[in-house]
Amino acid sequence: MKVLDTLGFALGTLRGSRLRAGLMLLAMAIGVASVVVLTSLGEAARRYVTGEFAALGTHMLIVLPGRSETAGVGPSMFLSETPRDLTLADAMALTRSSAVRRVAPLNIGSSPVSWGARERDVVILGTTADFLDIRHFKMAQGRFLPPGDPEAASAVCILGVKMRDELFGATPALGEWLRIGDRRFRVIGILSSEGQSMGVNTEDLVVIPVASAQSLLNTYSLFRILVEARSRELIPAAKEHIRATIKARHQGEEDVTIITQDAVLATFDKIFTALTLAVGGIASISLAVAGILIMNVMLIAVTQRTAEIGLLKALGAPAQQILRLFLAEAALLSLIGAALGLVLGQASSWLIGEIYPSLPVGAPWWAVIAAVGVALSCGLLFGILPARRAARLDPVRALQRR
Amino acid sequence: MIRLTNIHRRFQVGDQSVHALNDVSLTIERGEYVSIMGPSGSGKSTLLHVIGLLDRPDSGSYLLDKRDVTALSDQEQAQIRGHTIGFVFQFFHLVPRLTAADNIALPMLLAGVPAQERRQRVARILAAMNLADRAAHRPEQLSGGQRQRVAIGRATVMSPQILLADEPTGNLDRHSGEEVITVLEELNSRGLTLIVVTHDPKIGRRAKRCVRMVDGRIDSDALQTPPP
Repeated sequence: MKVLDTLGFALGTLRGSRLRAGLMLLAMAIGVASVVVLTSLGEAARRYVTGEFAALGTHMLIVLPGRSETAGVGPSMFLSETPRDLTLADAMALTRSSAVRRVAPLNIGSSPVSWGARERDVVILGTTADFLDIRHFKMAQGRFLPPGDPEAASAVCILGVKMRDELFGATPALGEWLRIGDRRFRVIGILSSEGQSMGVNTEDLVVIPVASAQSLLNTYSLFRILVEARSRELIPAAKEHIRATIKARHQGEEDVTIITQDAVLATFDKIFTALTLAVGGIASISLAVAGILIMNVMLIAVTQRTAEIGLLKALGAPAQQILRLFLAEAALLSLIGAALGLVLGQASSWLIGEIYPSLPVGAPWWAVIAAVGVALSCGLLFGILPARRAARLDPVRALQRR
Repeated sequence: MIRLTNIHRRFQVGDQSVHALNDVSLTIERGEYVSIMGPSGSGKSTLLHVIGLLDRPDSGSYLLDKRDVTALSDQEQAQIRGHTIGFVFQFFHLVPRLTAADNIALPMLLAGVPAQERRQRVARILAAMNLADRAAHRPEQLSGGQRQRVAIGRATVMSPQILLADEPTGNLDRHSGEEVITVLEELNSRGLTLIVVTHDPKIGRRAKRCVRMVDGRIDSDALQTPPP
């Protein structure tokens, strides 16, 4: 019997029992659709989170003073290694590489800020003009620190939104002079609360030039250096450059820790991929259920079509052929069911995307392939038992039943 | 053509063993017209099933065209059922969802005959069975006689050498039964070996040779002159 004829005959039997075929298609379609929808939701969550991280600046490297590695017992342990301070000169030295686009030194401290009778204790951030772009912060009013020599201290400051509200209330803050510690600074800009992100609360801080911060906080040691690489691919090069530069400047000691944003991102990526896989796995249970349903209904079909199977044998169909006929039927059912499920799943994903536009919904290609693959193998696997039962029927007994 | 020697077939019914065929030996030549008669339970259907390779005897030998067919594999037996033997059943056994034409084409479908040739042969059979205008009808839209003619068409479409009919008129009225038996006899007159199992004496008497069975044994095997 030809393959095409086998398929045609199987299709004919399916059309002969519409309710049965319809129910099985429904079960298979729901199984496949749930795999598609759930994995696309997991995938959406992953993309959403990595997208948020990317907004922080994916090309960013953070340089901290001191080594966070555990070293074994060696001569260095007895040389009393105290980390050298990161200085402004260190930060400026880092700019001398084609892999590095921008560098922002960071100095942090706390100091009372007052305007008129109002006074608050606030986090003071000393940095340079490039900080705004590296962290993707936005200005609500005015401008950020002026570019220029980072060593030059100037008496200007930028406020967070909350600071402005608490110190100035309804009075316009731009151009006003306020007091930080024992110095006077002029307000030249207000940071927007939008673009606020992990770690730093942009609403509740005051930004001043790094040189001013050094003298205000009376420390020449930097808290961090933020470095932006030119591209994602250049991050390793930038990291190597930083390591080499610092080592050269610190008498051969590698006493800094470099954190890449990329590493954090990759971790989240991994977590969410695992999550998507888990959810997809749960959804594929429904595929297995659909497979068992196919087996049940096919077993009933074998009982119902006993006489027909006997007839086919009498007409010259060997057991192998009966087996193929029933497997073809199961394969057709799962294939059509999977196709319906894909359409249903993609439609639901699209609908979810319409309702929550901020969620980048979309089933990953591997989930689509896996869903169809599992559906087909489930259908065939669970089709084997009924097909074998049909193939083994005794033709005489089968024919005696009307 | 058909040579059965010392065939035994036992069935287990409940805890009783039924000896459906008890040492049956029978030789049927090519082109013969044989009726097998006997009361129900005498083993005549089992004999037909053994001849048609639907059932395997417990012991004894069966030579079909000088070839021992009892030892063949399922695949080879199916091949012989498809190409050498045609079956006609009491309850027609047509596939309800298929049209008359598709029912007739079924053995060719199983044998892998190309679609083009299938159509031609089905058209020829339909014409021969006087069913040309019923080609697209489903079994439930056909009368009993027409259904049995479709079944005969299906049994002969592969041009078999042996036609086995199990009570072919048992489910038909007198007139349709007459019609069906005439069609079968006509096929026999063109050289087809015809074996009819029946318990209707009128049908049984029409064959040139009549085998009577009682309790799994051949009681009598005699040539007879059919009434005109």
